[in-house]
Amino acid sequence: MRWTWFHRLASPPYLYGLAARLTPWLAWPAALLILGGFYAGLVIAPPDYQQGEGFRIIYVHVPSAWLSLMVYVTMGVAAAVGLIWRMKIAHAVAASCAPIGASFTVAALVTGSLWGKPMWGTWWEWDPRLTSELILLFLYLGFMGLRAGFDDTQRADRAGALLAIVGLVNVPIVHYSVIWWNSLHQAPSVMRFGKPEMPPAMLVPLMILLLGFMLFFAALLLVRVRAEILQRERAANWLREALRA
Amino acid sequence: MSAGAGAAIDIALSAAQAAPGASALEAARLALARDLRLAFRKRGQLIQPLAFFALVTMLFPLAVSPELARLRAIAPGVLWVAALLASLLALEFLFRDDAYDGTLEQYALSGQSLTWLLFAKSVAHWLLTGLPLALMAPFAAMSLGVAAAAVPGIIVVMLVGTVALSLIGAIGAALTLGMKRSGALLALLTLPLSLPVLIYGARATQLAIGGSSFIAPLELLAALAVLCVTLAPLAAAAAVRISLE
Repeated sequence: MRWTWFHRLASPPYLYGLAARLTPWLAWPAALLILGGFYAGLVIAPPDYQQGEGFRIIYVHVPSAWLSLMVYVTMGVAAAVGLIWRMKIAHAVAASCAPIGASFTVAALVTGSLWGKPMWGTWWEWDPRLTSELILLFLYLGFMGLRAGFDDTQRADRAGALLAIVGLVNVPIVHYSVIWWNSLHQAPSVMRFGKPEMPPAMLVPLMILLLGFMLFFAALLLVRVRAEILQRERAANWLREALRA
Repeated sequence: MSAGAGAAIDIALSAAQAAPGASALEAARLALARDLRLAFRKRGQLIQPLAFFALVTMLFPLAVSPELARLRAIAPGVLWVAALLASLLALEFLFRDDAYDGTLEQYALSGQSLTWLLFAKSVAHWLLTGLPLALMAPFAAMSLGVAAAAVPGIIVVMLVGTVALSLIGAIGAALTLGMKRSGALLALLTLPLSLPVLIYGARATQLAIGGSSFIAPLELLAALAVLCVTLAPLAAAAAVRISLE
């Protein structure tokens, strides 16, 4: 296989057009899967024998939490590609990932807290997963804050990319140290999400929603990348011609 | 500029201009000697992190309770949070003067390994903040009602943990080099990455105060320190190059 497709992706005009063409192909399936998944999860799936109807919040919480990590990895890989091969478009992708990932992180935190109120009796519990999620939010905020601190886009790109890579190395260390920390302070007696013995009627909607959220992220990412390209290439001739056409 | 600073800059230049044949270690040694000499010419700045550490420690008896039994229970956390903040406070000075007077650029252009030179600067930072903090921590601990028997343990844990803190901090300081108001951003970048150090350090200190074996968390802390020694100077050097562009 040739690598020309990869090199073509580095060209802003090509990616701008490609993103425009691909977006509906991702957005519509995402909308259908998410609506279908919500129907299956919120209406069809049986209530949990222990948690009752309250468990249904996992249909938002779990996909958001997975996506929050997946987006961070995507961002780190895009940043590394940008730094290693000096590919400006990859930096645009990394920059576009951050606000989306931070939003998924906030969604996971809010839904986790909402779930915690009836299950744990408190809005916030220093549970290892919620704590890791909160730290992830700070990593996203740091990335966005560092980028915002530079006036020059190229410097913001490269400094941000370095931070994203350092963060990518750190995420597993932070995650496992938080689990280790928590195992000392709290007996693992609370109920947990994602038990493997989850029945198919509950699991299938979750998988549908997970796929739907991923496609939703991909569609959002393409829209944001196009906006980034518009901003970065605002002085370019090809853009003026493309917009006139 | 004082005569002392002038002499120190001469040393820096000799480090920077050491013939390409000179070993990286020799250049790093000169850079370290220069940083220490400059720091001892400005003794006032040396005291600041220590005074800050004592001050933060003093806030807790005033804010929580003067009862030694309660203070003893929170002592490990207080010591580590205070050490983390004191180390963070000192980071702003790590590269700032060298960036203003062009020393960092000389380092980058010298043909010597920037990684080694920055490692030397991080070692200097540790010698000037981490080491004094570790030596002062026992006094702060005893003021919080900790028994004298725990002193050796507290010092060892603090010594190992502050190595990691200085090196992680160097990455953050290098990334925010060109910014005017970097304080809050530096905290936002550095603190999430330092959390594992805080977790293992505070746990090891807690065990040391309780009189039990603290080898397990100390080993994890040492592993983090080794990871930082090997990787952080590389990342800091990349960050400095980005900031100097």
